[in-house]
Amino acid sequence: MSLLAIEGAATLPILNTLIALPLLGAALVAVLPKNSPGLHRQVGVLASGSAGGLAIYLATQFETGVGGFQFETVQSWIPALGISWHVGVDGISLWLVVLTGVIFPVVLAGIDPHGDEKSYTAWMLLLQAASFGAFVALDLFLFFIFFEIVLVPMYMLISGWGYADRKYAATKFFLYTMFGSAFMLVAMLVLVSLSASDGGLSFNLVELAERQSLSQNTGRWLFLAFALAFAIKVPVAPIHTWLPDAHTQAPTGGSVILAAVMLKLGTYGLLRFGLYLFPEPSVYFAPLLVTLGVIGIIYGAIVATVQGDLKRLVAYSSVAHMGFIVLGTFALTTQAITGSILQMVNHGVSTGALFILVGMIYDRRKTRLISELSGLQKAAPVMAAVFTVSMLSSIGLPGLNGFVGEFLILIGSFETRRWWTVVAAFGVILAAVYLLWAYQRVFHGEPTEADLATPDMKSSEFLVLAPFLVAMVFIGVYPKPFLERIEPSVDTLIEHVEQHSDYERPEDVVVIPAVGQDDSEGAEGE
Amino acid sequence: MLSLVWLIPALPLAGFVFLLVAGRSIGEPNAGWIATAVSGSSFVATLVVFAGLLERDGENRIFEQVLFDWLPVGSLEVEAGFLVDPLSITMALFITGVGSLIHLYSIGYMHGDENYSKFFVYLNLFLFSMLMLVLGNNLVITFLGWEGVGACSYFLVSFWHTRESAATAGKKAFVTNRVGDWGFMLATFLLWTSIGTITYVDIGPAAGSLTNTTATAIALLFLVAAAGKSAQLPLYVWLPDAMEGPTPVSAMVHAATMVTSGVYLLVRMNPILTDNAQTVIAVVGVATALFAALAAVAQHDIKKVLAYSTVSQLGFMFLAIGSGAYVAAIFHVITHAFFKALLFLGSGSVIHGMQDEQDMRKMGALRKAMPLTAATFIVGWLAIAGVPPFAGFWSKDEILLAAWEVDGIGKGLWAVGLFTALLTAYYMSRQVFLVFFGEARWNDNRPQGQPEVVPHESSWTMVLPLGVLAVAAMVGGAINLPIFEEWLVLEHFLEPVFEYGRLHHFESTTATKVSLAVVAVIAGLVGMAIAAAAWLQKRIPTDRLEPKFLENAMYVDATYAKIVGGPGQKSFDAIAAGDQKLVDGAVNGAGRLVQKIGLLIQPGQSGMLRQYAIGIALGGLAIVVWLLSAAL
Repeated sequence: MSLLAIEGAATLPILNTLIALPLLGAALVAVLPKNSPGLHRQVGVLASGSAGGLAIYLATQFETGVGGFQFETVQSWIPALGISWHVGVDGISLWLVVLTGVIFPVVLAGIDPHGDEKSYTAWMLLLQAASFGAFVALDLFLFFIFFEIVLVPMYMLISGWGYADRKYAATKFFLYTMFGSAFMLVAMLVLVSLSASDGGLSFNLVELAERQSLSQNTGRWLFLAFALAFAIKVPVAPIHTWLPDAHTQAPTGGSVILAAVMLKLGTYGLLRFGLYLFPEPSVYFAPLLVTLGVIGIIYGAIVATVQGDLKRLVAYSSVAHMGFIVLGTFALTTQAITGSILQMVNHGVSTGALFILVGMIYDRRKTRLISELSGLQKAAPVMAAVFTVSMLSSIGLPGLNGFVGEFLILIGSFETRRWWTVVAAFGVILAAVYLLWAYQRVFHGEPTEADLATPDMKSSEFLVLAPFLVAMVFIGVYPKPFLERIEPSVDTLIEHVEQHSDYERPEDVVVIPAVGQDDSEGAEGE
Repeated sequence: MLSLVWLIPALPLAGFVFLLVAGRSIGEPNAGWIATAVSGSSFVATLVVFAGLLERDGENRIFEQVLFDWLPVGSLEVEAGFLVDPLSITMALFITGVGSLIHLYSIGYMHGDENYSKFFVYLNLFLFSMLMLVLGNNLVITFLGWEGVGACSYFLVSFWHTRESAATAGKKAFVTNRVGDWGFMLATFLLWTSIGTITYVDIGPAAGSLTNTTATAIALLFLVAAAGKSAQLPLYVWLPDAMEGPTPVSAMVHAATMVTSGVYLLVRMNPILTDNAQTVIAVVGVATALFAALAAVAQHDIKKVLAYSTVSQLGFMFLAIGSGAYVAAIFHVITHAFFKALLFLGSGSVIHGMQDEQDMRKMGALRKAMPLTAATFIVGWLAIAGVPPFAGFWSKDEILLAAWEVDGIGKGLWAVGLFTALLTAYYMSRQVFLVFFGEARWNDNRPQGQPEVVPHESSWTMVLPLGVLAVAAMVGGAINLPIFEEWLVLEHFLEPVFEYGRLHHFESTTATKVSLAVVAVIAGLVGMAIAAAAWLQKRIPTDRLEPKFLENAMYVDATYAKIVGGPGQKSFDAIAAGDQKLVDGAVNGAGRLVQKIGLLIQPGQSGMLRQYAIGIALGGLAIVVWLLSAAL
């Protein structure tokens, strides 16, 4: 695949290189001798890290104010079926690509897999390559391949490096997701064959999205099949129960990737292969999806509150957070969708950090049960501080990243889905309940001897979390570089939806200007 | 000079960052001195900006400074910007002023604490957040400060976190405030979707285009927010518990500054306060004032009395807002900041001198051991009790007058307010008599082997702020004396802020004003006299004066706790069990079903050729039959 990419490139094929780098790394790790301690991870960090650097470079080169796809590469692959290697990036996928680029090297460098580093690193690199592929693929067939490849390394990571019930959790994760994918595959084939024109078949996403030649009814059925696949991945309540098991049983690195990258394949899919590919059905089913989103917010939070296992608690908090993203996506306003896309990144940052912290606690105490921990703040003040910041980021404290996404989602959703938003905003209260209560029981209170003997974070461990903290503060204080790259693509998407359905987004309310509104003189009144 | 406004919050932010990194190595007492210096510089910066504002004419006293676009998406424009106007600068002045004194006080109070520098890290962060709250030029920046002070309050209340009660109180404060934040967010959303702006200077002119219903809805949602932060019914429950925090925190966060945020918010949003909304605010305020004063009557903990007293005084401020007397509300915010900070710091000095004893039943006669603390505390007492010419008299009097003049329910509001003023004088006198007068009960019922309590006066860093605040509590009323029109300095200064709101203008005759003031003073004196008879001269049996019902604040909090811990917890458990058994059970059930079907049809896959041959033959036959039947 990487060879193809290099052939088809006139200029630097940056997206193809992104996919190729970790693949090359994986290949290199595979041929390295097994007993070369540390080497596998070093190669892994180098390969995924250079991809990460390239992803950041991509963000700097990304043109703001442009709604369409950038850095597109098309290379015919199976011409008879209209399948091509077609990749590109826009404001919707850009930051997910960057997140994928940055989080893998951090995970590889900072989290000890506890055994068989060679295969672990190879699977991780394959996972990164496939995730890149899924986020940039603009061909349905290509997307499906990447979307499915992703499952294999994650299955391996959970079943190979996970905890006691890892086999059960990995199998459940695999089968559940495959179940949804089967529907998507069938729907995809039906879509392509029904959309065939004189030019023959085409799997080209952009062509299919622009053509919109399906009957209303067919379109709606096909949308449901696609949506089911993505809703399982998100996961949308009530088809979420694979998630707590997978998260809890996965090794720390796996949990971080699962939360930060893999769940986003679901919400990203809903935007790209939901709203974009099926605008009319998306509008038609929007009430259903925003309702499921709001149910997820409240339900996930309630179930999280009473979990006894810290990792399960964070897993259920993901259900709640992803509910916000689903709500924002189908609220269909610029603010809500922009907020949703940013929140995909934010959730990766804050939940990723929380999973790493829970992993650190487990490594030290060999337990994740809240009831067996107490007063850790006394013994481990730095860990407590980092946990606090991550927790506040997760519950959306202004000044940190979570607030920006949550606020934009809610204010945008309020325009079109007022009463749903009123309920969803209760999720903000519940988030404080489950996280602060857990924090109190784990970090506050009188420590036992075992708690007092818990070592604090090493500086190397702090360094692993430092990028997360920087991202939390930066996005919280100055999100403009993110927002101005996301928004044009969101506007383009909403215009596309308006064009192909009877949906019209609410008009802007005109501000009645204050008289003499001038920054330095600015006298109010007449 | 006005353009220096960014420095006001930037200084404590810099202090926070510096102490966060280097505080532990700097240690005691220098970390405290740095934090205090930063806070003091912020006060100076505020004075400079204030002077800049005064240079302008009355109606031109507005200055905006935008640092950068914070959340620009589509038609939503949220700037990181400041608004300097009479209201914001008034708030900033007393926040940095009183805040600096409390920083100074903390240097001595936190002496010897193992997390000494961390305390000042939080204190500086709190000051920064509080200043963002009042100086922000739009609702979202205010919300940043709003949640920021909430987080700092959480850190500071649970500062001694190994104590279960402190940890619980911190969490409770945060979660209860989040209920209020729900209201804040929805109010902001509704305002934005209705008039398309959340910037303060634009809200005033645009507010007129709101329908009465929408404006009332927005105002009531803001009331939910304000009731959370300013501890009004029914969300007050976190404040008495917040006394678990170190006493300087109680003085600064839970008396002088943060809890007045709700008052600030409602006054800031005055253009959207409709008549209906004002009525609700007034009723909530006066009900809270009465309720909390009744609870304060029967408390034994020296800080709990002051905590309920704060809730009650905040109720007075809400009553003022509901009566349209925005100036009186802000006036009382300021005088209350003086005398309540003074009383809290005084109680801290007492607790310190009594070696961490907080039960007033074990105090008494402390005026001899702690003369400076006692003298300043007595000033605070006279101020809150409404004795002229102390500061509290002027502001409380104005509130009662405004309530009196409200159409319809005004006389009722006034009567309840007056009775509350009597209770206030009573419970504060009870506290003063129990703590500083009577016989010394320091070592009554002292367990064997415990060292004897020998009260002592506190160090100068603690006493100096008491002195400054005592002076302020004595003469603070001078900023708004209703004797001559030109002496109403605060009123004239603040007036431009209410250009688009329904500001109450006093219309009573001088005779009415004077008689109402006299009645209020008499009520205060009656309260003091009853307390003297009961607690000083023991002419009234005191055991009947502290009913359990009042001591437990009418069991409101206990009822909440029962609901949350009982049905609340049970329903959450039930939902989680349902998730496990029903939702996930269905998934696993489906998995098992597939397995069972597989086992059922497994015999078909026996590997026996003869069996397959029969199958193929039967299948072929079936196709032939089907084709034939279709053809025929």
